[in-house]
Amino acid sequence: MNTVIFRTVAPGIAALMLVFSIFVLLRGHNEPGGGFIGGLIGASGLAVYGIACGVAEVRRAMVIHPIVLAGFGVFIATLAGLMPLFVDAPFLTGLWWIFELEGQEIALSTPLIFDIGVYAVVVGAVATIALTLENDEEHY
Amino acid sequence: MASPYESLDLPPAMIESATPAADWVVVWPVALALVGAGLLVMLRGRRDMQVAFAAAFVAAIVVSNIYLVMRVFEAGPLAMTMGRWLPPFGISFAADMTGALFSLAASVSALVVVFYAQSEIDSREHRFGFYPLLLLLLGGVCGSFLTGDVFNLYVWFEVMLISSFGLIVLGGRKVQLDGAVKYGFLNFLATSFFLMAIAYLYGLTGTLNFADLASKADDLPLGAMLTVAALFLFAFGMKAAAFPANAWLPASYHTPAISVSALFGGLLTKVGAYAAIRVLMVVLPEGRLMLEPVIAAVALATMLLGPLGALAQTNIRRAIGFLVIGGIGALFAGLALGTQHGIGGAVLYATHSILTLTAFYLAAGVVEKMSGTQDIRLMGGIYAANAPLSIVFVVLVFAVAGLPPFLGFWPKLLLVEGGVRAGQWFLVAGLLLNSLLTLMAASRIWAHVFWRNGPEGERSEQPNTMLRALTGAEKRYALGSTVVLVALIVVLGLFPNWLFTASGMAGFDMLDPTRYIDAVFAEVNRP
Repeated sequence: MNTVIFRTVAPGIAALMLVFSIFVLLRGHNEPGGGFIGGLIGASGLAVYGIACGVAEVRRAMVIHPIVLAGFGVFIATLAGLMPLFVDAPFLTGLWWIFELEGQEIALSTPLIFDIGVYAVVVGAVATIALTLENDEEHY
Repeated sequence: MASPYESLDLPPAMIESATPAADWVVVWPVALALVGAGLLVMLRGRRDMQVAFAAAFVAAIVVSNIYLVMRVFEAGPLAMTMGRWLPPFGISFAADMTGALFSLAASVSALVVVFYAQSEIDSREHRFGFYPLLLLLLGGVCGSFLTGDVFNLYVWFEVMLISSFGLIVLGGRKVQLDGAVKYGFLNFLATSFFLMAIAYLYGLTGTLNFADLASKADDLPLGAMLTVAALFLFAFGMKAAAFPANAWLPASYHTPAISVSALFGGLLTKVGAYAAIRVLMVVLPEGRLMLEPVIAAVALATMLLGPLGALAQTNIRRAIGFLVIGGIGALFAGLALGTQHGIGGAVLYATHSILTLTAFYLAAGVVEKMSGTQDIRLMGGIYAANAPLSIVFVVLVFAVAGLPPFLGFWPKLLLVEGGVRAGQWFLVAGLLLNSLLTLMAASRIWAHVFWRNGPEGERSEQPNTMLRALTGAEKRYALGSTVVLVALIVVLGLFPNWLFTASGMAGFDMLDPTRYIDAVFAEVNRP
């Protein structure tokens, strides 16, 4: 996979996939999409970048280890579930904060935080697996 | 502009009343484990913080489980349905005394293991996430004990299974991968059967909530009910390592680090036994009645073959693995009886078994550290080298065999009494024989490891030169935490009154789950 064409377009494709994955994540609640498939698309983007430019390059670009991202996802998803504690509702109850900004209705909610957590878990876990498989030498 | 969300007609599906914060105790064990696991993964480079945070989180889980047991003691079963949806549409968490006691015992064992692990988990295993996996495992185990939904039970089984795969290969030695393949394959098979049974049950009743199933599953045609009950029994029996699906346990539990062995031996098989009791007693009581001869035969065979296998072993951890299997037989004997005494005895036995077998593995680990081998034949002479360890070990030998006044005696007493009252003489004989054989197997280990002067065949009176003294850290963490757990077992054995009351409640609520169902449907039935 070391052709010039692929190496040239891969960063663009990866960037596009990452942006698209966030778009899919954010439209998720009422339309097709969500954290899981968004996370898969994002991790695929990282994998494409890894195939083209090498695993070391992806790790350098990500700054943090992908498994840390997965841990962060579990952490904020559970915290989102714990939020209803403050309004006397059961675990994982969705809390909504809906407001208007320049005529557009914006809905922020704990399900959104939960979904971002799922996104982080999927990106982190799948990227960890993909980067380990793409890696040739022993490297942890 | 009116928001479209306000025009939705929500009330009929939602819980309207406020949920008191105190009711959250039923989800804390799971929520804390997940938060803790996530946090520890983020802190993967910080070894010092890993240990401190893991201990803090597991201690918090123990505290919430203690509070949960106290709540259930006072007010009966406690339930919470997630996301404000009314049951059976929302996923319920529900704890009666059975679930709460199992969950408490499991978290206490895990807390001891966290301290024990500091004597042996090296930095490589730290990097690969020993503590996050331990917390996830505990979360899966507590989730299985506390959930009120059969599909959710499957999810927690998976959480538990995935983290146990991680733990069993941690270290990456060849023998571990071999053990992991056997463990993984058999457990995947059991999980598939479990999933099939769930699918059938859902197809037949249209619901997955235990409390809802309890009222609907009675109307099932007998053939269908028997099929589903048999599938559940097979799946859970395999998970619990009951005969004839027991071979995977001694083939895999001796391969990982001793802390991991102790967690597995203490916790994992009990989840299978718990699930069998929960599903067959609450959801499919008529199915259990039809399967009673099968369960009794399985229990009898497991009770006898477990300790017999242990007698034949020369590997100390494999021998303890067979003792775990023998204990599962006693649990299934309680399920086969299906009476107040039977179920109460099984619950009490599981509590004892979680604590005692964890301690047994931990003590065996200290022996392994001193002798540098798992082979009983090479271990002789530890009595002279470390007398306190031999006392700890002999207490465990008596406790696991069920001799008074140790903890193992009381559940055996309940089970035997239940068997006598029900006229199930085969089970009574099996339970007593199980105790005798377990005593023989365990005291054989003790005699070979501690009493014999040196390795097998040595005639001289010289001390065993292969032994080494424990280092300071090993004394502090490994021996120290084992002693604490054994002390707890002795104290519980000497003051078993509250455990009797608790197991009585557990048996009562299993036989007549009205209070459990009322707790789950409290919101629906509210006028």
